[in-house]
Amino acid sequence: MRAFEYTSPTTRDQAIGLLAPAWGQAEVLAGGTDLLALMKDDVVQPKRLVNIKEISDLHGIAVNAQGLRIGALTTLGDLADNVNVVKNYPALAEAVNEAASPQIRNMATLGGNLCQRPRCWYFRNGFGLLPKNESGKDLVAEGDNRYHAILGNDGPAKFISPSTIVPALIAYGATIRLVGPNGRRELPLEKFFVDPRTENDREHDLRSNEIVTDVVIPHAGTLKAAHYEIRQKEAFDWPLAVAAVGLKMNGSAVQSARVILGSVAPIPWRSPEAEQVLAGKTVSEAVAKSAADAALQNAKPLSHNAYKVQLARVAVRRAILKAAGGSA
Amino acid sequence: MPDYSWPPPENRNLIGKRISRVDSPVKVSGRAKYTYDYNPSGMLYGKILRSPHAKAKIVTIDTSSAEKMPGVKAVQIAQKVGSTVQWAGDEVVGVAAVDEVTAEDAIRAIKVTYQPLPHLVSDAEPPAGAAETPGPLSVDDLEDMLDNQVRPREMAEQIQQYGITFKADDKTLEGLKSDGATDDVLAALRTAPVHENAESKPKSNYSKAAAQTQGEPDKAFSDAEIISEGIYGAPVITHCCLESHGATPEWTDDDHLMVHISTQNVSGIAGQMADPIGIPAANIRVHQDHIGGGFGSKFGPDRWTIVAAQLSKKAGGKPVRVMLERNSELEVAGCRPSAYARVKVAAKKDGTITGWQSQSWGTGGPGGGGMPPIPYVFNIPNQRKEHTAIHNNIGPARAWRAPNHPQAAVITMGALEDTAAKLNMDPVDFFLKNIELTTKDRQNVYREELAIASDLMDWKNKWKPRGQNISGHIARGLGLSVHTWGGRGHASDCDLTLHPDGSVDIKMGTQDIGTGTRTTILIVAADTLGIPMDAINLFIGDTLYPPSGGSGGSTTPGGVSSSTRRAAVDARDALFEKVAPALNAQPADLESVNGTVRVKSDHSRSLSWKQACTKLGAMPLTVRGKNPDKSKPPDLTNSGVGGVGMAEVEVDTETGVVKVKKMVAVQDCGLIIDLKMAESSCYGAMVMGISYALFEEKVMDQTTGRMLNPNMEFYRLAGLNDIPDLVVHMMTGKGYDERGVIGLGEPPVISPGAAISNAVANATGVRVPFLPLTPDRVLAALGQKAGA
Ligand SMILES: Cc1cc2nc3c(=O)[nH]c(=O)nc-3n(C[C@H](O)[C@H](O)[C@H](O)COP(=O)(O)OP(=O)(O)OC[C@H]3O[C@@H](n4cnc5c(N)ncnc54)[C@H](O)[C@@H]3O)c2cc1C
Repeated sequence: MRAFEYTSPTTRDQAIGLLAPAWGQAEVLAGGTDLLALMKDDVVQPKRLVNIKEISDLHGIAVNAQGLRIGALTTLGDLADNVNVVKNYPALAEAVNEAASPQIRNMATLGGNLCQRPRCWYFRNGFGLLPKNESGKDLVAEGDNRYHAILGNDGPAKFISPSTIVPALIAYGATIRLVGPNGRRELPLEKFFVDPRTENDREHDLRSNEIVTDVVIPHAGTLKAAHYEIRQKEAFDWPLAVAAVGLKMNGSAVQSARVILGSVAPIPWRSPEAEQVLAGKTVSEAVAKSAADAALQNAKPLSHNAYKVQLARVAVRRAILKAAGGSA
Repeated sequence: MPDYSWPPPENRNLIGKRISRVDSPVKVSGRAKYTYDYNPSGMLYGKILRSPHAKAKIVTIDTSSAEKMPGVKAVQIAQKVGSTVQWAGDEVVGVAAVDEVTAEDAIRAIKVTYQPLPHLVSDAEPPAGAAETPGPLSVDDLEDMLDNQVRPREMAEQIQQYGITFKADDKTLEGLKSDGATDDVLAALRTAPVHENAESKPKSNYSKAAAQTQGEPDKAFSDAEIISEGIYGAPVITHCCLESHGATPEWTDDDHLMVHISTQNVSGIAGQMADPIGIPAANIRVHQDHIGGGFGSKFGPDRWTIVAAQLSKKAGGKPVRVMLERNSELEVAGCRPSAYARVKVAAKKDGTITGWQSQSWGTGGPGGGGMPPIPYVFNIPNQRKEHTAIHNNIGPARAWRAPNHPQAAVITMGALEDTAAKLNMDPVDFFLKNIELTTKDRQNVYREELAIASDLMDWKNKWKPRGQNISGHIARGLGLSVHTWGGRGHASDCDLTLHPDGSVDIKMGTQDIGTGTRTTILIVAADTLGIPMDAINLFIGDTLYPPSGGSGGSTTPGGVSSSTRRAAVDARDALFEKVAPALNAQPADLESVNGTVRVKSDHSRSLSWKQACTKLGAMPLTVRGKNPDKSKPPDLTNSGVGGVGMAEVEVDTETGVVKVKKMVAVQDCGLIIDLKMAESSCYGAMVMGISYALFEEKVMDQTTGRMLNPNMEFYRLAGLNDIPDLVVHMMTGKGYDERGVIGLGEPPVISPGAAISNAVANATGVRVPFLPLTPDRVLAALGQKAGA
């Protein structure tokens, strides 16, 4: 690891002041479970770290008029154990509990989970976010892409959005709040993830001098939601496909649906095609299957990852059935 | 002539019982000192600049700015300008500095330019016609091989087979010797056929060995009632030691070197360092207390230890620690050769196997590697085998537990299980039907073991023909494999000292690589002397003690137990000589039991162990136990075991995810010293087996030539939740005990991959050809079935 300056502000404004107007200078440090690995592997080389853990108003979970407000510094462990989350957002609690390992969940923060960098093995081995070799060859397209994107991969980005929690948050309609030199802003969580076009872009709508302050999830009401993931190992492994589903019911029929796929595209992948299939229908095996088929109809696997289309299809189908009340 | 033979069952007080390892308390409490824990004051941190290219010529090296950096104490070039690096991660320059950050900064300040050369990191099936027989070898070829760390035995074979293009005069041999050629290689050169005017042909990456045949394969296949065809294999995996490779050498004076090193071969390291360092082996002391995994990958000092010693010298003798980072550990310090094969098996309708035909290939890095021992265990009467070795740039192969056997088992047991399925036979019946194709001595072992394993697995009730145990999307299945290994004890000198106050110490230059060697030695000595284990001081892991073989090939238990037994018998008999007059008896009438030396026929005539030892006089008594030479038949140890592995799996046919539900290991290893440790060995082997069956693979990027998963995130190992019910049964008693002690490090790790692969085939009805059995591969195989 390279030497760096360590700062530990106690207010948001101080933190923003210590961050830099362009990437490459400073990084926010939360739990450090991702950032330290990136620094040890020399993938990022910040000259300054801005530890935000001493900023007290970034902590805590509270219910307010809008719903549930979760401070960016809430650890995944605390999130999964929160009674309100367990009772009202069970799909989120499940997603969080399946992520990483107990040790990591005790350190990792929600803000860090949303801002964590892709696990693409070319990126992590130092070949860049949009990996190319000297002669301009696309290393992912021409290389081993077994874990890469099957959707939204026609641009230069072929990594997958790493968080396995984000699909469930989007299923519940979460929004994200940020603060920067120009004040606060709030946006639907799904809009926070972007598809980078150049090596200087990042995969988040996050400026280098902004911090994520909290996430707000509207009251779940009668929303039926489920999270389903497929991974090879029982624990401590990155899923090969994730699906989260939120069903707003009208009697026994679906009034409207949210279907979000994870680990399949450079951004969390919302599927209007699947949502359309579900709207107005009573969920059955057949309906779930055609929604799943619709979700993957535009998939374009790379040379080594056609199997992920099947896995994603199964994840979506099982998540829909699970949300509707049957077991997967 | 002293009677060294193992005591009969009724006289074994400790041998064969369930005894916990003596080093467990220090390990679980964190007090055990590993090489990484050796942290003397003034120690410098060594870091290695490694090649980013899989194959490249080093054009320039500029270390000047690194040398000028404050805190940098030494810089050492590992491979000079003009050398060709043969794998990504190969060592180029070493640096020693006062702390890690400075050492890393210094590494980044070194400028090396490379001329990248075309590389090959694939081990895919060789394209037709790719293999050509290499021509005779030139001096350059040999130097390349030395650079590539091709194993001496392989080099010697190639030299003999292909000949050389030059006269092997003293001067040339001397030059090659200084580049690292071993005596075996030099001997091979002296007798090699010389083709002086021949051009050394450009070497292909593929070398095909001549076909091997036995019996009449063509006739066997034309007469066959059924023929089963398939493709099977196992990829390159890395050793992934949890304690990475590394050492901390330091010069204790101008010409004496002390090396703390993580090794399986304490007594063998000095000899490998003497030449490159330029001091006699006798001036090098090697020490290790505990090791965090080796699995066959830690027999040599490796180039980084040599570089660390050179850095230490330049830094005035200060200790320099070079322990590999996780990524280097996976990239350069471990590599089990791959093996794949297209196989045809001929059989009769009654299940008799009549013929085997295989075209195999695989890589062991630059050296290529040999054919695994196929067909494995079953000596099929009619055979034709061809093997192509792929020489590529993935890094040098290292021995991995039971070298080549797990691969051979995957290929053979897969092909045989497929044949049984084609015959609609239960594979247990099919194996039993052909059991006479196995070595005569072991047929009964396999019969007994198959019966016990079947019971423990409840095979008869659970087994269904292929693809007939599917409910919904869950397919269940059972699989089976059998294996064998040698395991005769190695040379291992044991010094045992009895002190006149009754204390005892044992010194042996062996190492406990987590297999319980300390416990083995203490059990044997205590049982023989009739005193408790904790009454003995044991000293191992240092070249101050008598030499003992490297811990590889399951040779350690037989080696250390037989030399300890010899030393303890000699010491005991010498003591009896001195004690006999005091007890009014002949030495032969005495025994030592439970801390008492007494007359066998009259227990009232006795002395406590302590009193007895006072009869030694003023001076302690030291005896040396030495094992008989390899050329003599073994007495207290033996060779050749059989084992059976069975697996039960569940496969999600929609996702291709495989879960192992239960595994059974039934194993013989001759006389068991410690039943608990023997069982533990089998549990550990099954855990490792599940890892390589389902998860492990060294993934290489064809474009950059680099390993893509040199981390513990995408180089997956089984976690606790991936480990199912494991059942072990050790064969003991008549037919087993009297064979003597045989090692157990290799055998139980051989079958799990094959058994799991067979269970998946039984569950799903299709063969997933290659390990690891990942979802993509399982779905691909299922897709082919659906499409067929
Ligand atoms: C072995 C392993 C397995 C894992 N498995 C999973 C899994 O299954 N599912 C899953 O979802 N995740 C998984 N993770 C990722 C883990 O969840 C993240 O590393 C963690 O959530 C990051 O949080 P942190 O607080 O440690 O962030 P840090 O490491 O401190 O930061 C991560 C990034 O986010 C930025 N950042 C952090 N907080 C803020 C903020 N408030 N505002 C702006 N920027 C910020 C940092 O600058 C940095 O770029 C795994 C990680 C590991 C190491």
